[in-house]
Amino acid sequence: MMKHWKKVATPLIAIVAFLAFWEFIVWVNQWPNYKMASPSDLIPAYAKYWNLFLIYGWQTLWRTVVGLLVAVVFGTLIGMVMGFSRTMRDALYPLLVGFNAIPKATVVPVIALIFIGQHDFNTVLIAFMISFFPISVAVSIGLSTLEPEYRDILRSLGASKWTIFWKIALPKTLPEFFGALKVAVTLAFIGTNLMEIVEPHGRGLGHLFDSGKINADYPLMFAVLIALAFLGILLYYIVVGLEKIFAGWAERPQG
Amino acid sequence: MTNLIEIKGVTHAYKTDNGPLPVLDDLNISVPEGDFCAVVGPSGCGKSTLTKLVAGLMKPDQGEVWLHGERVTSPRSTVGMAFQNPVMLEWRTILQNVLLPLEIVPNKMSKREKEERGRELLALVGLEGFEDKRPSELSGGMRQRASLCRAIVHKPDVLIMDEPFGALDAFTREDLWQTMHALRAEEPFTGVLITHDLRESVYLADEVIVLSGRPATTQHVENVKLEGRTDLEVIYTPEATDILHRLRHQIEIAQGRAEGQTKDEEAA
Ligand SMILES: Nc1ncnc2c1ncn2[C@@H]1O[C@H](COP(=O)(O)OP(=O)(O)OP(=O)(O)O)[C@@H](O)[C@H]1O
Ligand SMILES: [Mg+2]
Repeated sequence: MMKHWKKVATPLIAIVAFLAFWEFIVWVNQWPNYKMASPSDLIPAYAKYWNLFLIYGWQTLWRTVVGLLVAVVFGTLIGMVMGFSRTMRDALYPLLVGFNAIPKATVVPVIALIFIGQHDFNTVLIAFMISFFPISVAVSIGLSTLEPEYRDILRSLGASKWTIFWKIALPKTLPEFFGALKVAVTLAFIGTNLMEIVEPHGRGLGHLFDSGKINADYPLMFAVLIALAFLGILLYYIVVGLEKIFAGWAERPQG
Repeated sequence: MTNLIEIKGVTHAYKTDNGPLPVLDDLNISVPEGDFCAVVGPSGCGKSTLTKLVAGLMKPDQGEVWLHGERVTSPRSTVGMAFQNPVMLEWRTILQNVLLPLEIVPNKMSKREKEERGRELLALVGLEGFEDKRPSELSGGMRQRASLCRAIVHKPDVLIMDEPFGALDAFTREDLWQTMHALRAEEPFTGVLITHDLRESVYLADEVIVLSGRPATTQHVENVKLEGRTDLEVIYTPEATDILHRLRHQIEIAQGRAEGQTKDEEAA
């Protein structure tokens, strides 16, 4: 019981401490809110625009999640191809690295031109493009470094390749996969917002941020940032929950 | 009597960056049905390689492996294998690990029967109460015992064991030797036992094969069918002592040591 309480309380205390520190810094330096809004400025912003936060927050959230899901499917497939075939790994790796190295901010206008007017599609596309790389790398490494001893247990019984993948390779790779998924979650948010801000189309928290900028409503801008952080935390911990369910075995007892 | 395991002129080399590394050289072994054959030899001479060839996990460069009068070209489900490195699937409980072969090998057992069999075997090797633990919660020796259960859970008729008791203390090991005899009495199988413990080979096997150093070939075959073998005391009879002496001597030759040297790490 005590342990559970501690698990929830520790991060909460940390967040409160952080907010207090933030408030304190702004107060000590007497910063005006166009330089740096303080947490106490944010409350009125949320109170005033709460319905916009819900609408735009939802738009940002679902497009991020869809992009992420596509990244999981596509990233896992690419990872499997590279994990199982040395040749494919050698062939695809430089391509993937190169693709990943392109700053996505430069890709946004290109995408926006190709699929003109398809705002949701474009946003999902960028969220996907920015987040699939760590997943495919993790899956390919997890599969290609599978110790032959593991495979031999089933192989010696005449198991098919598919059975070996399903019963050994896949579960063994799950911890790496979830590690990458945690990174991908934050990346997908960056992707969604990039589209919303670089190529404004009146949707998502990025749009709310923009309108804060245009109207010199600085507390609103900061409130958007915090809302984004909140969504990021939310998704992150959903992934952590899934990890506990599907790869909880990888957590070693401490001590 | 038919030979259930037949290894005919097997030669094998690993391909390494420094060219081929010959490991087995024209090896011949035959094991009659129901017999246990122990293989001893210097470390790194190719014993684990031999087990993989018999299990069909690798194909020999030359020569043939036959099981049940059929040439082995790929792994088969009638073989049970206890690996030198007893890897357990960390995401499964010990019982689920032991039952793994039953998920692969076709069988008519119900879920309950499978579980019962798994629990029975675990109890037999002294792992009662650990069925639902994770492998990471077990000691190395305990994992090795569980891996032995996994090797025999599907009632294979050929059992290949690669130093199955290597990580065990002397007392547990002797317990398990007796368990092996009990098991064989219950469900007979033909076995290949790789070991570095000469007493183990004498106590458990019907014949002991001494391999020469790498590349390994059959250097010596010793028939060790002793009277009244299920009793551990049999190891201390003069007959057994004689055999142990001979085997020790052969090992020394295999290691390339001078004859008559007394130092010996094997017989502890
Ligand atoms: N996959 C491999 N690739 C290249 N060389 C290998 C490979 N596996 C084993 N070898 C080499 O083959 C030789 C025999 O290995 P093996 O594992 O069969 O020995 P062993 O008799 O089982 O030894 P030990 O008693 O120490 O277990 C060793 O010299 C080893 O370095
Ligand atoms: Mg070995």
